[in-house]
Amino acid sequence: MSGTFVGMPGFPPAAHPAFPAAAHDAVHNPTLRANLRHATHTIRAKRARAVGELSDWAALREAGRRIKDHTLRHLDRYLVQLEESVTAAGGTVHWAADADEANRIVAGLVRATGESEVVKVKSMATQEIGLNEALAQEGIRAYETDLAELIVQLGEDRPSHILVPAIHRNRGEIRDIFRTEMGKWGRPAPEGLTDTPAELAEAARLHLREKFLRARVGVSGANFMVAETGTLVVVESEGNGRMCLTLPETLISVVGIEKVVPTWRDLEVFLQTLPRSSTAERMNPYTSMWTGTTDGDGPRTFHLVLLDNGRTDTLADEVGRQALRCIRCSACLNVCPVYERAGGHAYGSVYPGPIGAILSPQLRGTGSEIDASLPYASSLCGACYEVCPVAIDIPEVLVHLRERVVEGGPAVRQGNKVVLRPAKGHAAERAAMRAARWAFTHPGALGAGQRLASRTRRLHPRTLPGPGRAWSGTRDLPAVPPEPFRDWWRRTHGGKDGAA
Amino acid sequence: MSSRERILGRVRRALADVTPDERPYEEAVPREYLREHGDRTAGQTVELLAENLADYRAIVHRCTAEEVPDLVMRLLARRGSQEVLVPPGLPPQWLAAADPVRIHDRAAHTAARLDRVDSVVTGCAVAIAETGTIVLDGSPEQGRRRISLIPDHHICVVRVPDQVVSSVPQALERLDPARPSTWISGPSATSDIELDRVEGVHGPRTLEVILLG
Repeated sequence: MSGTFVGMPGFPPAAHPAFPAAAHDAVHNPTLRANLRHATHTIRAKRARAVGELSDWAALREAGRRIKDHTLRHLDRYLVQLEESVTAAGGTVHWAADADEANRIVAGLVRATGESEVVKVKSMATQEIGLNEALAQEGIRAYETDLAELIVQLGEDRPSHILVPAIHRNRGEIRDIFRTEMGKWGRPAPEGLTDTPAELAEAARLHLREKFLRARVGVSGANFMVAETGTLVVVESEGNGRMCLTLPETLISVVGIEKVVPTWRDLEVFLQTLPRSSTAERMNPYTSMWTGTTDGDGPRTFHLVLLDNGRTDTLADEVGRQALRCIRCSACLNVCPVYERAGGHAYGSVYPGPIGAILSPQLRGTGSEIDASLPYASSLCGACYEVCPVAIDIPEVLVHLRERVVEGGPAVRQGNKVVLRPAKGHAAERAAMRAARWAFTHPGALGAGQRLASRTRRLHPRTLPGPGRAWSGTRDLPAVPPEPFRDWWRRTHGGKDGAA
Repeated sequence: MSSRERILGRVRRALADVTPDERPYEEAVPREYLREHGDRTAGQTVELLAENLADYRAIVHRCTAEEVPDLVMRLLARRGSQEVLVPPGLPPQWLAAADPVRIHDRAAHTAARLDRVDSVVTGCAVAIAETGTIVLDGSPEQGRRRISLIPDHHICVVRVPDQVVSSVPQALERLDPARPSTWISGPSATSDIELDRVEGVHGPRTLEVILLG
């Protein structure tokens, strides 16, 4: 494999169009729009109810923010402590600087077991690194076992939501995928399968059962890793996680380095905020916690692969590093007006929505067309920040990244300091900003220009000419007042002289 | 250079602008949230547990110690269970009246063998009222993690009010991080189809909780 593999083969950001072009088809697809609207509106109301039950939500959110910030501030110390704890509990810790290395490590561990198939718990980190595709190249088949991941895998589709990767599919589409595709991967869908969610869930249960029962190797991510105890936590709903974490003899967990928390007690915050923010439940159906290996119960061998893959580069950015607080709840996707209309695929990453718009350009850099466009995939309305259970100020980071795209400047890529060049295609923006800077630092010229504008106001067009037409097609141009404000102020002493 | 050294080096360089916070951890992270929500008697906490368990489609029963054998017998009979999985430390009287064949939790059992067992009866480590959660930690009354996972019918006995706490923080205080734990809130479910909750995927599709006290 090539040395610069950044995940999701066949879907590299370099080949992915910029966000506006990628979103174009989605916003004109009425089925997709309806599916997304239905799902996001359902969950929004439920989340508000679940959060409203806790009178101390603001304090939990603040504690979550502080725990994560403190951990990031001392990340080296907590990673070393985690390594010691996991090792002491019977696990083996591996370190992977990038996607390539993580995939090599996992493939090597699977090969060492002599197995050629693995069952997988839904994991953002393994999607990010394109693990399934990398394993396939090594002749290892990875079965996704989360219902939505199964729908995506069977449909040869791409995930479009962090929590519900098949959110873009409605029940009828899911039934059709199950009917035509399940037989190719194992047990076919039952005869006469209808589109009721209960029947679809039953079909998935039957299809995956045989895979769980024979699985010798499980692959997972983790929601949290506790440095002081070496405990890993996986939060899930269906029980596929429990199957993958307890039935196989070998368990391999690939986890981003930012998932560490210092103490066992810290879980009391996130186990309250995560379920209510993601599925809008008081508690998700199943949470599994394990510390290394346990004699006679669960896997005999446990490997933890700690993944960097751009996280330390993100950590080097004073404004952007707060994105590493993310606990992948997806509440920001569900409230985002842009996500609701554009869907997840347009973001060109396994991390869609507002969090994706700040995470992908930091993990991957802003070099590609899609990554340079993601900071603009927002109206900066701020709803994402409001619902974020760890208070990531997404609009602040978006604006910061826009500046980086337009102006360039220092950044860290793969551990090295680099100076980014200003992106192409923002020449008009830069010219306008330069002109504004000149005008505002030359008050005489500014005043003369404003007076000229006031006197010629009757001649001003109602719409912009040339490339500006698209912008003014849906907006009114601001009307120029008959007299510039500063002239009026000087003449009337701020209105005190009575002359309006 | 190993990747371990490379990553730790990158972390340290990335944090060059940050002044370390050398206060003890408990001071560095103030916790102004509540230890529990609301003010309840022990009895009311048990009521809340029952309510929240039922809200997530667990079937809740209440009985005294004398009534347990009879209740368990009826629940297994109603289900038509032929075999029941038994953790090593389960109080024998709980199954004293039950008809199904006892299958004892042994390391030698394959997953395929356990898949043919209809039901499992376990105790629990702690139950959380505010969230309607029961927690198993692999103690002798609960057995290996897989026995409460593979059968489609799980009966869990909670001793009330002793094993019931109000909140998540209180539950974590009672648990030993070294033991593998499974937190269960209602039967297996999914929200993957149109973000709507549907009960019953891979874990037990029927969860019955007996509040014993």
